[in-house]
Amino acid sequence: MDAISFTLSDFHVLKPAVVLCLVGCGILLTDAFLVRRIGQRWLNAVTALVGEAVVAAVLLQYLPDVRSGGSLTGLGGSIVVDGFGVFFNVIFMLAAVLAVILSARYMEAEGEQRGEYYALILFAQAGMSIMATGHDLVVLFVALETMALSFYVMVGFLRDSKRSNEAAMKYLILGAFSSGLLAYGFSVLYGISGSTSLAAIGEAIAGRPALDWIMILALITTSVGLFFKIAAAPFHMWAPDVYEGAPTPTTAYVSVASKAASFALMIRLFVTAYGSVAEAWVPLLAIVAIATMTIGNLAAVTQSNLKRLLAYSSVAHAGYMLLGLVAFSETGLRGIAIYLLAYVFMNYGAFALIAALRRDGEAAEELDDLNGLFGRAPGYTILMAIFMLSLTGIPPLAGFYGKYYIFLALLGEGYYILAVFAALYVAVSAYYYFRVIRACWLGEAAERPASLDMNLGTRTALVASGVLTVLIGVLPQRFIDLAGESVLAALR
Amino acid sequence: MSEHILSIIWLTPLVGMIAVMCLPKESKDLIRYVANGFAVLGLLVTIPMIRAFDSSIGDFQLVERHDWIPALGAQYYLGVDGFGYLMILLTVVVGWLSILCSWSSIQERVKEYYAFFLFLQAGMLGVFMVLDVFLFYVFWEIMLVPMYFIIGIWGGGRRLYAAIKFFLYTLAGSVLMLLGILKLYFDHFEQFGHYSFALEDLLRVAAYTGPEIQFWLFWAFFIAFAVKVPMFPFHTWLPDAHTEAPTAGSVILAGILLKMGLYGLVRFAMPLFPKGATDELTVQLVALLSIVGIIYGALVSLMQSDWKRLVAYSSVSHLGFCTLGLIALNPNGIAGGMLQGVNHGLSTPLLFLAVGIVYDQRHTREIADYGGLANRMPVYTVLFAISLFASMGMPGLNGFIGEFTILRGAYEVSIWWAGFAVLGIVLGAAYLLWLFQRVMLGPITNPKNESVKDMNLREIIVMAPLVAGCFWIGLYPKPCFEILEAPTIKLVERLDPGYFSRNAAEPADEAGQLSRLLPAETPASE
Repeated sequence: MDAISFTLSDFHVLKPAVVLCLVGCGILLTDAFLVRRIGQRWLNAVTALVGEAVVAAVLLQYLPDVRSGGSLTGLGGSIVVDGFGVFFNVIFMLAAVLAVILSARYMEAEGEQRGEYYALILFAQAGMSIMATGHDLVVLFVALETMALSFYVMVGFLRDSKRSNEAAMKYLILGAFSSGLLAYGFSVLYGISGSTSLAAIGEAIAGRPALDWIMILALITTSVGLFFKIAAAPFHMWAPDVYEGAPTPTTAYVSVASKAASFALMIRLFVTAYGSVAEAWVPLLAIVAIATMTIGNLAAVTQSNLKRLLAYSSVAHAGYMLLGLVAFSETGLRGIAIYLLAYVFMNYGAFALIAALRRDGEAAEELDDLNGLFGRAPGYTILMAIFMLSLTGIPPLAGFYGKYYIFLALLGEGYYILAVFAALYVAVSAYYYFRVIRACWLGEAAERPASLDMNLGTRTALVASGVLTVLIGVLPQRFIDLAGESVLAALR
Repeated sequence: MSEHILSIIWLTPLVGMIAVMCLPKESKDLIRYVANGFAVLGLLVTIPMIRAFDSSIGDFQLVERHDWIPALGAQYYLGVDGFGYLMILLTVVVGWLSILCSWSSIQERVKEYYAFFLFLQAGMLGVFMVLDVFLFYVFWEIMLVPMYFIIGIWGGGRRLYAAIKFFLYTLAGSVLMLLGILKLYFDHFEQFGHYSFALEDLLRVAAYTGPEIQFWLFWAFFIAFAVKVPMFPFHTWLPDAHTEAPTAGSVILAGILLKMGLYGLVRFAMPLFPKGATDELTVQLVALLSIVGIIYGALVSLMQSDWKRLVAYSSVSHLGFCTLGLIALNPNGIAGGMLQGVNHGLSTPLLFLAVGIVYDQRHTREIADYGGLANRMPVYTVLFAISLFASMGMPGLNGFIGEFTILRGAYEVSIWWAGFAVLGIVLGAAYLLWLFQRVMLGPITNPKNESVKDMNLREIIVMAPLVAGCFWIGLYPKPCFEILEAPTIKLVERLDPGYFSRNAAEPADEAGQLSRLLPAETPASE
C-alpha cells in the first residue's frame, strides 16, 4: 500500500472538511486582525456562511458521482464518499447554517460575539463530515473527537454564566469518559481483526466461529460510547444540563447535528462491521431504545424549562431512531435518515423561537415565558405549533414520516410489541408538546411578558424551518427518495 | 369541474379559513360575515354532488384519483358511496349551523375561532370522502388539532383539562390504528408486490390473511373508532369535552365527530377485516359493550345535575344503539346504525343548541337553577320538546325510525340484545322527560328566570333546518334508506357471503331487498 502518496482524489474526498477547517482558521485570523478593529463582529457569521456556501458547492459536485450507488474513495479506502455520506453532510450543513444564523443575534445579545465561536461551529462540522464518510476506526475516532472538542467549548461559551460553565464541565467529563470507552472498544476490534478498516473488521467478525466474550466486550464498549453521544438512556444524564446551560443556538446544533453524526457513525459501524452478529446487538438496542423512550417521554412531562423539556424530548427521539436500527432493515434505516432530516427543521424551529425569547435583555427559557405569546406574535406562535405538532408526529408534517418508516420497519420485522410501545409513547409525547402549545395559545400573559428579539436572520431561519417542516410533510416524495438512496449506499 | 366536485367540497372551508386569517382581527363582524359566507358556500357546493350522486350504484362515485407520494403508494383518492354521502350532507349542514350559532356567543379571539372552525370543517369533510387509507389517517389526525383549540380556548371552566384529555385519548387510539394500517399495508406488499394505500387494494388482502391476524387488526382499528364513537369504556373523554366545549363545539362534536367512529367502522374496520368483524368473540364483546353503553349512559344521564353533561351522557347511550346495530352485521342493523348516526347528528345538536340558548342568558348549566321556563319561552319550549321527542324515539320523528330498524337488526341476532336495547329506550324517555319537567314545567321558582327572553330569529333559523330534518326522516325515511341500501348490501355481502341468497325466501320482487331494509309500517313499494 502506498501509504505516503497523497493524490488529488484523496483531496477530493476530504474537500468539505478541508474547506471548513480553512474557513474556520480564516475566521480566527480575520477576527483577530480585521473584524475586531472595525467592531462589526457579526461579519464573522457572514464569513462562516460563505464557507458553508463553498461546502454546498462541493457537495453538489459530489452528486453526479454518488447518484445511483456510486462512490468516491480516498486515502486508501479510509474515506468513502457515497450517497449516505453526502446525505448526512447535507444535514450537517443545514444545521451549521441555521446555527450560524441564530448565533449572530443570540451571541450579540449575550455579549459574547466572538469569532472563535463561528470557527468552532465549522470545526465541529468538519469532524462530523468525516464521521459520515469515514470507513476506518482511527479516522472515525479522530473525527468524533474533533466534533466533541469543539462542542465542549461551544457549550461553555457564555463565560459569565455559571450554568454554561457547569454544562461544559459535565459535558467534557462524561464525553471524555464515553470517548474512552469507544476507543477501548475500537482497540478490541483491532485486536479481533488486525485491521482498522470497517470492511475488514466486518469480514473478520463474520469469519469468527461464534459469538464469544471478546466480541461481546467490543460490542458493549462501542455501543455504550455511542449511546452517550446520542443521549440514549441510561447514558442521557448529561443532555438536560448541557441543553439548558449551553447558548441556545449551540443547544440546537448539538441536539441536531451531533445526534445525526453519531447516528451516521453508528449505522456505519453496526451495518458494516457488526452486520453478521445482529442477533447479539438487536436485543441490546431494543432494550436501550425502550428505556430511552420511556425516560425521555416521562421526564419531559414534568419539565418547566423549555430547553430541558426539549432535551428530554430529544432523548425520546433518539429512542425512536434506535428502533430504526433495531429493525435493521432498509426501511428502518431510511426511517432514521428521514427522521434526522425532519428533526433538523422542526427542532431548529423550536430552538430558534426560544433563542429569540427575551425579557429585559435576559434570555427567557421557562415554559411560562411563552404565556400569551399568541397575542404578541401570532405568526410565530403558529410556527411554534407546527414545530410541536411535527415533533409529536402528527401528519402531514415532516416529523410524521420518520415515525411512519420506523413503525413500518418494526412491523415488517415482526416486532409488534416494540411497535405498540413506540406508538403509545407518541400519545405521551403529545402531552408535553401540547404544554408548549398551550402556553403559547391559551396561557395568560404575565405582567412583564417576554418578547421576541429577532433580526432578519432569525426570522428567515424560523420561517424557512416552518416552510420546510410543512413542505416535507405535504410533498415528501423527493425527500423520501433522497433518504432511500443514501441508505442503500450504506447497506451496499 | 365535474371531476373535482369532492375536492371543491372539502377545499371550500379551507379557502374560507385562509380568507378569515387574512382579515384584520379587529373587524369582528366582517370576520363573522366572511366565515358564515363560506359556510353557506360550503352548503351550496354540495349541490353538484347531490345532483350527480346515484344511490342505485353500489360502487364509489365522483371518484378523483391522483398520485400523491408514489414512494409510499399513497394517493389523493376521493369518492363517495351512500355512507359517505349522508355524512357529508350532515357535515355541511351541521357545520354551517354551528358557525351560525356562534355569532353572538363568541366574542373573544373571533378570528382564530372561525379559522379553526373552518379548518375543522375541511378536515371532517375530508375524512368522509377519502378512499386512501394513508390520506384518511392524515385527515383523521389533523382534525384533532382545531378541536383541541376550540375546546381549549373557548370552552368552560375546566377547558384545558377537557381539551388535552380529548386529544390524548383520540391520539392514543389512532396511533394504534396507524400500526394496524401499516401492518395491513405491509401484508398487501407481501401478497401483491407493490405498495398501495388505496382502499380497494387493501380490501383484497383479507382473502389471504387468517382469522387471528384479522382479529387483532380489527381491534387495532376498532379501538381508534371506539374512542371516537365513544363506546363504553372509552367514553370518559366525552362528558368533559362536550360539557366544557362552547355550544358550537359541542354541536360539532356530537353532530359530526362522533359519527366518524361509526363511519370508520363501516368504511374501514369491518370491510377490511371481515373475519375479524364476524369473529364470535368480537361480536359478543362489541355487543356487550354497546349494551353496557346504552344502559350505563342512560343511568348516568338520569343522575346528572348539569344540563349539558346530561345531554353528553345521552350521547353515550344513543351511540351504543348505533354500534349495536352495526355489530348485528345484517342489513337492518347496519343501515339502522348509520341512519341512527345521522339522526343523532340532527337531534343532539338541537339539545346542545337549546342548552346554549339559555346558558348565554343565565350562565349556569345546573338543572336546579331552572324551572318553569315554559312560562317565559313558548317558542323555545316547542322546539326543545321536539328535540327531546326526536332524541327519545317518538314515532313520527327520526329517532324512532333509527331505533326501530336497529332493534329489528338486533332481534334477528338475539332476543336479548333487543330486550336490553328496549330497556335503554325506556330509560332514555325517563331522563329526557324528567329533564323537561325540571327545567320547563312548573312555576318559576328562581327569580332570575323571570327575565329570560325567548329565542330570537337567528336562533330559530339555526334550529329550524335540524327540526325539519327530524320530521323529514321521521315521516319519510325512504330516501335515506335508498341511499344506504347499496353500500349496506355490499358490506353485508362482504361480511357474510351468501346472506341474501339464504334469506331470499320472500318473493324477490323489485323492492324485495328494500323491504327488508325498511321498517314494516312504511310501505315499501308503490
